[in-house]
Amino acid sequence: MMIAALETESLPRSWHSVLHGVLVANDIRLAAYVPDNVLRPLLADIDADPSFDAFAVTREEEGLGIVCGAWMSGLRGVLLMQSSGFATLANVLASLPVAFQIPALMIISERGTLGEFNYGQALVCKTIRPVLDSLAVEHHTCSRLDELEFVVDRTIRQAIATQAPAALILSPLLTGGKVFRPT
Amino acid sequence: MNNMTNRTGRPGSNAALMNRFEMTRRLLAKLSHGEAVIGGIGNTNFDLWSCGPRPENFYMLGSMGLAIPIALGVALGQLNRRVIAIEGDGSLLMQMGCLGTVACRAPRNLSIVVMDNGLYQITGSQPTATATVVDIVAVARACGLTNSHWATDEADFEMLADEALRSDTPSLIALRIDDTSGVSQTVREPSWIRDQFMRGLGVKGISGSRA
Repeated sequence: MMIAALETESLPRSWHSVLHGVLVANDIRLAAYVPDNVLRPLLADIDADPSFDAFAVTREEEGLGIVCGAWMSGLRGVLLMQSSGFATLANVLASLPVAFQIPALMIISERGTLGEFNYGQALVCKTIRPVLDSLAVEHHTCSRLDELEFVVDRTIRQAIATQAPAALILSPLLTGGKVFRPT
Repeated sequence: MNNMTNRTGRPGSNAALMNRFEMTRRLLAKLSHGEAVIGGIGNTNFDLWSCGPRPENFYMLGSMGLAIPIALGVALGQLNRRVIAIEGDGSLLMQMGCLGTVACRAPRNLSIVVMDNGLYQITGSQPTATATVVDIVAVARACGLTNSHWATDEADFEMLADEALRSDTPSLIALRIDDTSGVSQTVREPSWIRDQFMRGLGVKGISGSRA
């Protein structure tokens, strides 16, 4: 028993269980996503949680519209996507959550760096932060498990308090990323 | 060939040409339970605005194609409030996947109205694909929105709208409309529009309390 308890305590929490916990603690109950391999364990946690209304959308733009509509009706949501999908959002970000001051929360799994094998992903990844910066959207890159809860919780609280969208970029340093496996 | 398309004319061409402002006015006249209305960009939005201020209306500016997704978000957040999206044909062509998402979620409180003039009217009336080949109602049905219909004339629209407002499945009504421009232009103050809308939905109180 003692040994089992010690082992449980020493087991590090996974990045996805930490993220899931912070979303729940902040009363986020809607999750719209365009699926991504790296996000898969987080999507599985959220899909299995009956307090979440979680579902796939056909495009990231569509998901951002849903999350913005939900916020205005009193339901807090999050949009989850890959970095290449985020790259489709500049116009919608500018004309909807930024212009209307809606605290839309975005979680972006970062491909295109630290071992990327697809040149297109490597290029489009470089547009994420310049787009967010040019629209003055608050964003943080999550690369350390020990900082994750603090960064995510404070980002959500600030977004709501300041009525401004925010983005959390999940680095391969946190998630392991997507690894190329030659056949 | 089915009865929704006519190869000698445009899809839905059995329907009479109606006027967008007049049909929007007739739709709004039916609303007495605080129904939320989301207006897509351009003339769809302008004619919703032209029907007069209403705190439960959201006037989208930019973000072409997102009237239905925004309405779906509102519908999921307030299950006891009827939500209506008014969208144009050009905008819906840009985001047709949202019809499948709506059908999958099957909200009991969401109704969609598509104002189809077969034109990108606000940019100089270039033809859209609905002018010749795409049948919005056939697309919606194929996406799983089986409760989708062309309104054949003004009286038929009124009947379909009455049914939609009572329905417990998502619905879509498409209208063929003429090429009259919007009566007046929406005021472009997005933060004010959002604030009014949230108060209209009871999410923000008059004392300034926040969600």
